[in-house]
Amino acid sequence: MTYVRSTFRHPALPKNDLGYTVDYYEGSLSTLCAGCGHDSINAAIVEACWQMNIEPHKVAKLSGIGCSSKSPAYFLSNSHGFNSVHGRMPSVATGANLANRDLIYFGVSGDGDTASIGMGQFVHVVRRNLNMVYLVMNNGCYGLTKGQDSATADAGSKSKAGSVNLFEAIDLASLAIELGATFVGQSFSGDKDQLIPLMKAAMSHKGFAFLNVISPCVTFNNNAGSTKSYDYVREHVEITGTMDFVPMMREITANYEAGDVSDITMHDGSEIRLHKLQKDWDPTNRRSAMNAVQNAKDKSEILTGLLYIDESSQDLHELINTSDIALNSLPQSLLTPGSDALAKLNASLR
Amino acid sequence: MKPTNIQDPEYFHKVVDCQYACPAHTPVPEYIRLIAEGRYTEAYMINWDSNVFPGVLGRTCDRPCEPACRRGRIDEEPVAICRLKRVAADNRDDVIPYMPQGPFPPNGKKVALIGGGPASLTVARDLAPLGYEVHLFDEQKLGGGFMRSQIPAFRLPEHVLNDEVNYILRLGIHTQFEHYVESLKDVLEKDYDAVFVGTGAPRGRDLPDLPGRQEGDANIHIGINWLGSVAFEHTTNIGKRVIVLGGGNTAMDCCRTARRLGGEDVKVIVRSPFASMKASPWEKEDAQHEDIPIIDNHVPRSFVVATDEEWSVVSDQWLAGEPIPDEAKLRVDENPHSAIRNPQLRGMTFEKVEAVYDENGKRSLVPTGEPEVFFPADDVLIAVGQENSFPWIERTVGVDFDKWEMPVVDKTTFQSTNPRVFFGGDAAFGPENVITAVAHGHQAAVSIDLFCNGKNLLTERLHPMTNLISQKMGIHEWAYDSAVDEYDRLVVPQADKTVTLRDRKKEVELGFDPLAGYKEAERCLNCDVQTVFEAPKCIECDACVDICPTACITFTTDGDESDLRSRTKVPALNISQDIYVADGLKTGRVMVKDEDVCLHCGLCAERCPTAAWDMQKFWYNVTKAGEVKYNVVQITRNESAV
Ligand SMILES: Cc1cc2nc3c(=O)[nH]c(=O)nc-3n(C[C@H](O)[C@H](O)[C@H](O)COP(=O)(O)OP(=O)(O)OC[C@H]3O[C@@H](n4cnc5c(N)ncnc54)[C@H](O)[C@@H]3O)c2cc1C
Ligand SMILES: Cc1ncc(C[n+]2csc(CCOP(=O)(O)OP(=O)(O)O)c2C)c(N)n1
Ligand code: SF4
Ligand code: SF4
Ligand code: SF4
Ligand SMILES: [Mg+2]
Repeated sequence: MTYVRSTFRHPALPKNDLGYTVDYYEGSLSTLCAGCGHDSINAAIVEACWQMNIEPHKVAKLSGIGCSSKSPAYFLSNSHGFNSVHGRMPSVATGANLANRDLIYFGVSGDGDTASIGMGQFVHVVRRNLNMVYLVMNNGCYGLTKGQDSATADAGSKSKAGSVNLFEAIDLASLAIELGATFVGQSFSGDKDQLIPLMKAAMSHKGFAFLNVISPCVTFNNNAGSTKSYDYVREHVEITGTMDFVPMMREITANYEAGDVSDITMHDGSEIRLHKLQKDWDPTNRRSAMNAVQNAKDKSEILTGLLYIDESSQDLHELINTSDIALNSLPQSLLTPGSDALAKLNASLR
Repeated sequence: MKPTNIQDPEYFHKVVDCQYACPAHTPVPEYIRLIAEGRYTEAYMINWDSNVFPGVLGRTCDRPCEPACRRGRIDEEPVAICRLKRVAADNRDDVIPYMPQGPFPPNGKKVALIGGGPASLTVARDLAPLGYEVHLFDEQKLGGGFMRSQIPAFRLPEHVLNDEVNYILRLGIHTQFEHYVESLKDVLEKDYDAVFVGTGAPRGRDLPDLPGRQEGDANIHIGINWLGSVAFEHTTNIGKRVIVLGGGNTAMDCCRTARRLGGEDVKVIVRSPFASMKASPWEKEDAQHEDIPIIDNHVPRSFVVATDEEWSVVSDQWLAGEPIPDEAKLRVDENPHSAIRNPQLRGMTFEKVEAVYDENGKRSLVPTGEPEVFFPADDVLIAVGQENSFPWIERTVGVDFDKWEMPVVDKTTFQSTNPRVFFGGDAAFGPENVITAVAHGHQAAVSIDLFCNGKNLLTERLHPMTNLISQKMGIHEWAYDSAVDEYDRLVVPQADKTVTLRDRKKEVELGFDPLAGYKEAERCLNCDVQTVFEAPKCIECDACVDICPTACITFTTDGDESDLRSRTKVPALNISQDIYVADGLKTGRVMVKDEDVCLHCGLCAERCPTAAWDMQKFWYNVTKAGEVKYNVVQITRNESAV
């Protein structure tokens, strides 16, 4: 009996611009169930960070509680991490981000962690436009506590034990768009070709980037009748379009037929090259994005891909006019200006 | 692309790189696992079945398996397969009870084997238990062929060879030693049902046209003849200064033997650059370790043979390494009187060259234009190659020869153009090595048995024996040790050279002790435990793709082979390794597994939620003549179970 993953890697693994092979971005060996969608998403995160030439120490991984929230242990071992209380990742992320705005904040949550116990924190972090990626590994159930229906389980979806869910599902993507998220995407753990560029764009986005990723729970919610099973999701996925993420200063090499292509320039100069497949959908128009999601839902389809993007928004730091410099880099004199400065401030408020 | 047919036994055979590369297809990983378990006798018998001389080969094999070993593509060095074989041989118990026990009921057929090397001995071992009356002829006084006469005792102790030759002779072989066969015609006129020629490639190349060759003859020796004469103790000493010409393994054996027979200043001088010498790297290392310099890029120009007077005039300058002026012709052929004045070999002159490669990579050795250089020597050993020679085969007996004077022999059946005459070993296609001779012997024995039973040699040859058995014992539990040990290859300890150089028969390598043998065995990746994929079970969750340490698995849209190879997770550029393609997935994609650097760690199968992957042990064994089974593993396993 072993279950030890060899550290031998393919001898021809390519290196990224920083000189790292992809294994530098890996985490420890996953303890999730074999076949869990979350593991696939973790692998996509590893690949996306490698491709983006991100220095792992420039990333902070944040999570709550759940199988999904355990995931940060399984990617980016060389990054910072904080595994918080159930549903409380947004407040930890907010605090960390305000203290050090120079890191990439990558939050991982579950549908239970976000749509049930964490709903209160979630809606506020969206509306504050905190500069982070917030990824929900959405399996329609509480995986860690043995598969109870979650708030994102569709009405009529059947559990493994055979009971049918009576309640309407909370649609997290619609909710995020509604609350003013400035980047919203939806995807499926089994489609890395879509997921990786989407993650790369989300990490480049300034502001709140929300990714709702359907991620089948292979043990408790992969049965016939479940609307979050591998088979069901594969049959019902409908895509907004294919996209290629082009980091700044790179030549665009992807080839698409002209006409359907639009480029979205991000604040850092990167580009999203979008090959649209949906008619009457404009990813930069919130109402159009809402309609596209609703229309798909009416047809029992799961719309995946980039749904909405607003590159002109102001993130929380800009909105509340914080220090441009991360607090850990401020000189002592500025960080704690002393009792005179405090007295002055107090006086000004009298 | 066409999905892989895993029913074809050759598909999985090729994945077991070492076994596939072994001419006799020894089931390497199976015996390595037995060594790790300390079951040396069984490990020995698996070898004995396949390669007949485990103790000999565990010390001397050319080991084509090692450059092929998968571990070498992932780690710095391959598994020490060859020296593990020796661990089995060194630690075995009495193996005779597991061997066929004579006397065997005669089948009325009689065969003659000419030459007593590994090829003939293999034929003898395979045919005797079937009831053949086997007559073996060799000009030497003991069996073993070149294993005895050429491979020096410091690499292969005599008792090791004797044991393994005797395992065969005790099967009731009629030996006719010290019997040089003068005429194949005579043999064919006797009542043999078949004749096997295993006479090797017994002629060492000479340099007959070099000036001074004749005059210096008393101190100029053909390498293989000299080694033979040392082995049979006709030669017991050599001069202090020795030059060995040649860059192959024979040259290495000559120089090392010379060191043990009194040679103090022994040099190997070779035409080609060091890196492209024919000798195996480990043979070169061993020679250098014994203080034998290897001087490359030097082409021999003459043997310097001179009388004392002649020599005294120039010796100071020449020995000081001063350039040799053109006028100082000391070559005896231009000095007619010297012969009567008892001239002596003084050394040799060489021209310096460098290797130049043309645009096709073809090498030529171009003189550098520097003056010739002189190296002193009391004796010279010429080890510049070996040839076949069949002076005893009349060209009228129906055995055809090609324009290079080589017999025309079928590559599968080893039959010559005279249906009753078979060839194998170095006699068939030129000098190779022991393991090749054994592999030929097995196939020739199969052919002889079919021939003597009136069967078709090609269509009635039996396929290899194969089997595929799941190793699954639990979720993370396999019947083999799936974890990959990551330490480096262990070094085989050697006896101190102050001891070995004093005694020609003192074995240099000490071999791995059982603990080191265990550790080295654990480096083996169990390449025979195959990843077997069942597409209908797969739900395409990607778990196997993500867990595989070496990025072997890809799910993608179909394409032709080169297209698929370019689209695997890491492009599958090693085309000597197959890609395993399966269709029948729900999404219509294909599963593509690049076999190249699979660690056989089983993680894909452990991670798969539906057991679409399974780890299955593949057994492949070449069928021997008459299907005699020496595979005792089953027997001993049952015994220990009782
Ligand atoms: C110096 C040297 C070192 C070597 N070292 C290695 C090594 O380390 N590992 C390795 O794998 N291989 C080695 N080889 C090669 C290996 O020895 C041969 O490839 C192998 O022995 C060939 O086996 P064979 O059965 O074809 O013939 P051989 O072993 O050559 O046996 C042929 C026998 O037939 C006898 N014979 C020939 N003609 C007649 C006749 N007309 N009548 C009667 N008898 C006859 C010969 O005397 C000889 O005994 C070495 C070779 C040399 C020269
Ligand atoms: C405060 C608190 N309440 C309840 C729990 C029990 N609990 C652990 S995980 C979990 C649900 C997780 O569901 P989800 O976020 O969807 O994660 P999944 O395991 O499905 O990935 C709950 C209710 C807890 N750990 N802490
Ligand atoms: S790792 Fe083991 S089984 Fe694989 S090629 Fe090497 S020796 Fe053979
Ligand atoms: S056994 Fe499976 S997981 Fe292990 S290296 Fe091979 S393909 Fe990859
Ligand atoms: S882990 Fe199993 S089910 Fe999942 S993709 Fe691999 S073979 Fe298919
Ligand atoms: Mg969940």
